[in-house]
Amino acid sequence: MPLFGLAPTEWQAVQLSLLVAFWASLLSLPLAVLVAYALARWQFWGRQLLNICVHLPLILPPVVTGYVLLLVFGQTAPVGRFLNDTFGIVLAFRWTGAVLAAAVMAFPLMMRAIRLAIEAVDPKLEQAATTLGAGPIRVFLTITVPMMAPGLVAGVVLAFAKAMGEFGATITFVANIPGQTQTLPSAIYAFLQVPGGDASAVRLLVLSVFISVLALALSEWMARRVVHGTGQ
Amino acid sequence: MTLFLDLNHSVGDFNLALKFQVPNGVSALFGRSGAGKTTLVNAVAGLITPQKGRIEIAGRAVFDAGRGLNIPPHQRGIGYVFQDPRLFPHMSVQRNLNYGRRPARSFEIDANLIVDILGLEKLLDRRPDTLSGGEKQRVAIARALLSNPDLLLLDEPLAALDRARKLEILSYLERLRDELRLPMLYVSHSVPELARLATDIVVMDAGKLVACGPASDLLSDPSLVPQLGLAAAGASVLARLTAQSEDGLSTLNTSAGQLFLPRIEAPLGSRVRVRILAQDVMISVQKPEQISALNILPCHIISLRPGDGPGMIVELNSGNDRLLARITARSAKRLCLQPDLACYAIVKTLSIRPAEVAI
Repeated sequence: MPLFGLAPTEWQAVQLSLLVAFWASLLSLPLAVLVAYALARWQFWGRQLLNICVHLPLILPPVVTGYVLLLVFGQTAPVGRFLNDTFGIVLAFRWTGAVLAAAVMAFPLMMRAIRLAIEAVDPKLEQAATTLGAGPIRVFLTITVPMMAPGLVAGVVLAFAKAMGEFGATITFVANIPGQTQTLPSAIYAFLQVPGGDASAVRLLVLSVFISVLALALSEWMARRVVHGTGQ
Repeated sequence: MTLFLDLNHSVGDFNLALKFQVPNGVSALFGRSGAGKTTLVNAVAGLITPQKGRIEIAGRAVFDAGRGLNIPPHQRGIGYVFQDPRLFPHMSVQRNLNYGRRPARSFEIDANLIVDILGLEKLLDRRPDTLSGGEKQRVAIARALLSNPDLLLLDEPLAALDRARKLEILSYLERLRDELRLPMLYVSHSVPELARLATDIVVMDAGKLVACGPASDLLSDPSLVPQLGLAAAGASVLARLTAQSEDGLSTLNTSAGQLFLPRIEAPLGSRVRVRILAQDVMISVQKPEQISALNILPCHIISLRPGDGPGMIVELNSGNDRLLARITARSAKRLCLQPDLACYAIVKTLSIRPAEVAI
């Protein structure tokens, strides 16, 4: 008897979604921190433009984002071909492409949460740290990061949830191939398209509610631990 | 020489342009709010970059616009105590203290001695948000000291504290000055604080230098009364504690004669600096006999300086010390006061408050 009474294709969809969400949140984290820090603290030419660009996936229809990804990273598109020829990386219609699509879609949410957290860190404390002999990197790691940690956790959890549920951009960019690119939402969609698929769809629905509640509970617990640990 | 500074920096309409140097010791930067004191200290710390000029700390150039030299704050060898304590909320007091510890540059600072002087033993495991305002500021001072600075900058560190906490921290700062001999640049607009702490004073107004020199000269310079404020005008007298009486008074010897003050808690023989405010000094041309005031010092008048109102400042010479008296122009006329006239300065014993005595 398979786990939770799931058929192999259903189980594969759950595993793939977890894998995609994990890598999507992990890989976008450093860039999200960098962009959030730049937007929160630095004045530079093109700041507003950058702000608009990183927010685009939040505003555009997901299908449009997916299509743009296909136009840029598709196997015949310039960047896609370059990645394939140079590094042997293929994104379109692969699970790695699902990671990219989920990361792009989740990026603005993560970045916004982190940016709010950075803006809440008092620059006076960072100044005090520099007068105590700490260079910029030490100030960032010992003062800025611990003080923005709750926002960091919130951003990662938000990105993970968004990546788990991402549908439009993913199905456009990497299609819906069972066992390869079929994530949990695409699987539910696929089961609803065939007669007699309702039972599978309901099983996945229950499971996705379960995962979401678990993720939320975990994030609450982590946020409390971080808050306690930083004494705020 | 501890600090040399030649700056020109404009922010909007405000222009900071001054040049001075001060020797080792506690140098006080004095001026009204908006005089540019904090801007100047931030320039010394490297938190702002002046448009023109040069700054040297302990003989080392840290900023020179002409040569394009601008050493970042964390390499300037300064400690900075801000108006607000700025403790790191996610660290214990102990970790706050350890944050800036670095190898000695000019002299070794003993961590235990600092924890002892500032009374922090019982606070080490506490979190900053559980400390009182005075405790926080003491931790901030200790944290800056433990970074082994060549120069300690203090920007009105007592401004946010009540009177009792001020007196408490002032006495800690006096011990730091006397026991560690650490050079300090101390920003304040409180004359009693300066009178207790400063060895040199830099007076500035609207971004310009007004005066710079030893504290004992400047604090009793009648021409600086407009800057220091009439209520705070006065002079410091050097004295030695010679006796403690049972009626609660202490006897001190000055170059002009004996002074009786409310009891001073210090060993006999201690050298003491007493600030006598101009408004607490009366002048008599004859030696008063039947009078309640205990302190009657023979003086000569050096100069008379009329003010804008009905009052005037009389500058007096008493032994080797200088005194200021604030009296009405009418009295000066009635008594025919003029330079070189011999007279007596009368100071009520109880008008000298503990804050005006520095040991």
